[in-house]
Amino acid sequence: MKFEASNISVDRGSRRIVQGVSFSLANGDALIVTGENGSGKSTLLRALCGLLPLSDGRLHFDVPAEGADDPRVIGEHIHYLGHQNAMKPALSVRENLHFWKGYTTGSDKFPGEGSGEGTAEGMEISEALDFVGLPQVIDLPFGYLSTGMKRRVAIAKLLINEKPIWIVDEPTAGLDTASSAMFSTLARDHCANGGILIAATHLPLGIDGAKTLVVERLYTFHEGDEIFEPLDEDPS
Amino acid sequence: MRALLKREIALAMRAGSGVLTGVLFFLAVVSVFPFAVGPDLKLLAQIGPAILWVGALLASLLGLERLFAQEREDGSLDLLVLQGHPLLLTVSIKCLSHWLVTGLPLVLATPLFGLMLNVPPLGIGAVMATLLVGTPAITFIGAVGAAVTVSLPRGGLLIAILVLPLVIPVLIFGITATNGALHDPDPFAAPFLILCAMTLFTSVLGPLASAMMLRHSAD
Repeated sequence: MKFEASNISVDRGSRRIVQGVSFSLANGDALIVTGENGSGKSTLLRALCGLLPLSDGRLHFDVPAEGADDPRVIGEHIHYLGHQNAMKPALSVRENLHFWKGYTTGSDKFPGEGSGEGTAEGMEISEALDFVGLPQVIDLPFGYLSTGMKRRVAIAKLLINEKPIWIVDEPTAGLDTASSAMFSTLARDHCANGGILIAATHLPLGIDGAKTLVVERLYTFHEGDEIFEPLDEDPS
Repeated sequence: MRALLKREIALAMRAGSGVLTGVLFFLAVVSVFPFAVGPDLKLLAQIGPAILWVGALLASLLGLERLFAQEREDGSLDLLVLQGHPLLLTVSIKCLSHWLVTGLPLVLATPLFGLMLNVPPLGIGAVMATLLVGTPAITFIGAVGAAVTVSLPRGGLLIAILVLPLVIPVLIFGITATNGALHDPDPFAAPFLILCAMTLFTSVLGPLASAMMLRHSAD
């Protein structure tokens, strides 16, 4: 299994946000994306999921089926955890997770390798909640939970279906130290089991041999007028 | 897909979902008309079907905003787009469940509201039948508007303005069919069948256009 990006660039509106990013990740690799606020980390991650169109370069994920270069096909193999938790406040935690478990198409942990029999089942909902340390909230409406607990439930969502690639954007935002450590453990386990992890975070995840990608801001905002100029042409 | 349908309906049943808003708005429109027109029962019976149709039309435009905007707000939309299911199917299911919780109650409330307007039983039946086949078309057309305005805050009014011209034909054929049932020389079957055709047509085109919009509005 290999997930590669060759020279990808992403535009938003008429501005280039991400320029010429390349990487190659194999089983068990982790890529930590860092960079200052507003440098385009989230944009890059969304583009990797296929949620934003690439304006240049290409993605490649060697799935056995056709469409290894099609972001839409790649998207099926990705767990994306963005800034929002994608949970309905009016439904209980169990209902929310049950929906995502039923709706999400599980995909093989190692497409193209191993047995490849159908879809891989993830953990049970209660089991996943035990993992994030919240077995007691299963029947509470999601809206009643605190910010950190919501985030932990969203992390539990990663566990209920097996997917080879995790793309997580600030996964530990709002989490306390113990929960951040819990996420690091999950991330390490995921990589140890042969998964690929791409995370935008400033927290050390403690994964051996993790690659780091520093995203640099391409444009700076001039005070006073609304002209965006490339950073390197702006000495101030 | 069944999971999605179940979730949508469960969400609608919870507090704060605003499903009753449509029916209440329908009730408000229908109940103020007699006061405005005056106590002329004959006149009311004559314009009753039209009032019912206009009320139902406006009421079904009311809830369209929630179709995709809420999904986007909490980040679910990204994940719905990411999955392996065809987005077209996801959008169709969302439209279907939206109609079940907002359009169908309007149809079921029609007999009661029809009585308030002194519409004869035959007329009530005709309005119910035409609303039953006509309101899905409004939802499917409205889904396109909802998808276009998904990234705008408070796009509700904009949806109504975008969608209203497109649903006028539905209104015209709905009323024509109803009048056809009530007044003898006018035909009922022809406009009713055109109304059915519109619903079938939009049930394909609407989700297709919405799905394309949603894919490109992921920014």
